[in-house]
Amino acid sequence: MENVLVKHIQENLAKQHKAEFFVIKDELVLVVSPDNLHNLLRALRDDTNCLFSMLISVCGVDNPHLEKRFEVVYNLLSLKFNTRLRVKVKLAEKEGVPTVRDLYSAAGWFERETYDMYGIKFLGDVDMRRILTDYGFKHYPLRKDFPLTGYEEVRYDIEKKEVVYEPVKLDQEYRNFDYLSPWEGDVAKQILPGDEKAFVDEVKEEKAANDK
Amino acid sequence: MTNNKANKNIKNMTLNFGPQHPAAHGVLRLVLDLDGEVVEKADAHIGLLHRGTEKLIENKTYLQAIPYFDRLDYVSPMNQEHAFALSVEKLLGTEVPERAQYIRVLFSEITRILNHILNLTTQALDVGAMTPFLWLFEEREKMMEFYERVCGARLHANYFRPGGVAKDLPAGLLEDIYRYFSNFPKYIDDMEDMLTENRIFKQRLVDVGVVSKAQALDWGFTGPMLRGSGIAWDLRKSQPYDVYDKINFDVPIGKNGDSYDRYLVRVEEMRESVKIIKQCCEDLPDGPVQTLDKKISPPSRQAMKNNMESLIHHFKLYTEGYHVPAGETYQAVEAPKGEFGVYLVADGTNKPYRCYIRTPGFAHLQGIEFMTKGHMVADVVTVISTMDVVFGEIDR
Repeated sequence: MENVLVKHIQENLAKQHKAEFFVIKDELVLVVSPDNLHNLLRALRDDTNCLFSMLISVCGVDNPHLEKRFEVVYNLLSLKFNTRLRVKVKLAEKEGVPTVRDLYSAAGWFERETYDMYGIKFLGDVDMRRILTDYGFKHYPLRKDFPLTGYEEVRYDIEKKEVVYEPVKLDQEYRNFDYLSPWEGDVAKQILPGDEKAFVDEVKEEKAANDK
Repeated sequence: MTNNKANKNIKNMTLNFGPQHPAAHGVLRLVLDLDGEVVEKADAHIGLLHRGTEKLIENKTYLQAIPYFDRLDYVSPMNQEHAFALSVEKLLGTEVPERAQYIRVLFSEITRILNHILNLTTQALDVGAMTPFLWLFEEREKMMEFYERVCGARLHANYFRPGGVAKDLPAGLLEDIYRYFSNFPKYIDDMEDMLTENRIFKQRLVDVGVVSKAQALDWGFTGPMLRGSGIAWDLRKSQPYDVYDKINFDVPIGKNGDSYDRYLVRVEEMRESVKIIKQCCEDLPDGPVQTLDKKISPPSRQAMKNNMESLIHHFKLYTEGYHVPAGETYQAVEAPKGEFGVYLVADGTNKPYRCYIRTPGFAHLQGIEFMTKGHMVADVVTVISTMDVVFGEIDR
């Protein structure tokens, strides 16, 4: 049964909607462009050979080193064929993605959350209020460039008799340990923090080689 | 003329419900648009308990991430650790010994009963019946003693591990669990005597918060919220993990999709859980409770004292942790409230690159808008408690 479904997605749906199809460790993944997303999800939901009737979740992933920085991941479930499927859309920083709230009501809050956490805009008839963060919050906390400690802290000021927002003050610097092991793997190739002081020339040469 | 004037002055009232309200089951702020006493629109404001769990997990090693899962839905901690453990195991390709799988299933089911007791009795409390709460919370305390005996904590267990469980069962625990749960259905009967045919209870629950099959699917409802509407879908049956495929149990479903059916589904689920627990106690095989791969599970205390290699493993495991090969996976478990899933993206280092947590309550609470529409204010309370909301998991 499942193989028929996989074949159907691969041969018909993926081609129709210009999507790339992968099976990674028995999990089905489709990567599609933002323009084709809406039609693809509609087909996946309504096609009697798939019937992905449930949208389990929508979430974002941030890869700041890539040109298309964000990924929006739609997690679908077909009760009839007992199969899960992930649909992914890759986006650059300013790009938006059409909402799928008209297809799945469940998308509403999940899209709001993705917007709240990553600043990914959903286009169309959407309610783009923040959902999890504080009223009046300005940043996108799950982006990789947002520091773990955040920028502001809140406390009750006993003299002013109100809650005040202040820049974060840490009594101790946040400790981020470096876990790279010098004794594992190919030692000759590894550049560890501090190596640049020991072998200035070699590191420079390597860097130059990498740049080329 | 006077009639006209009176009409002009009538407008809907906006009521702020919460965030500090005993019937909100936590820090829920609801902005209700009321026409008289009838709810026209309910707008839920959540996030007052947002702690940035996903961000924190990205900055911790895989082992250090487990305690965060206890603190999501704090009345069913072990089920959530289970989802994380399964996803890490999938990426690592680790086999879990059978004994560990049975122990995990055993404790997942104890957790399910813990959760349902809390939900059902506080729901009864919300609609005016106090006694079931008093009776069953005593039993809940006894079950949490089993928690305490196995992991040392009553609530925040931190017991499941990728590759097994933290420790083997202490001597005598299994017999005590078996004895206790042989007797436990009596307490469910007591609660049912108080509630199931109770006129007031039925008046408050029947036909309140009706969810049709189509609505349940459309809004992404899972667990008792989906089964209450008559869809036989349980991940323990349809996509079995660990040893659920070796265990005999039934999946109760409702018929009308109202709050009362969901109450009945939960009661029956508790009875099924007792069946599963007893089977686990009977079938529990001997053997290790953690994978034998010493890069993932810690060495025994004795080995550490006698063996240099083990000492190094222990040190590396608790400082650096293990490196999970790059990849991504979504693993879900049937938590008491519904489908709890972890979408894990690993980049080959010792910390998760991204750990998205799909919680059932988030999807359910979203449905409050259509479930309360046209109901009285008092029914909002019933709807909130029938959804089994816990803010630890909704706000994350």
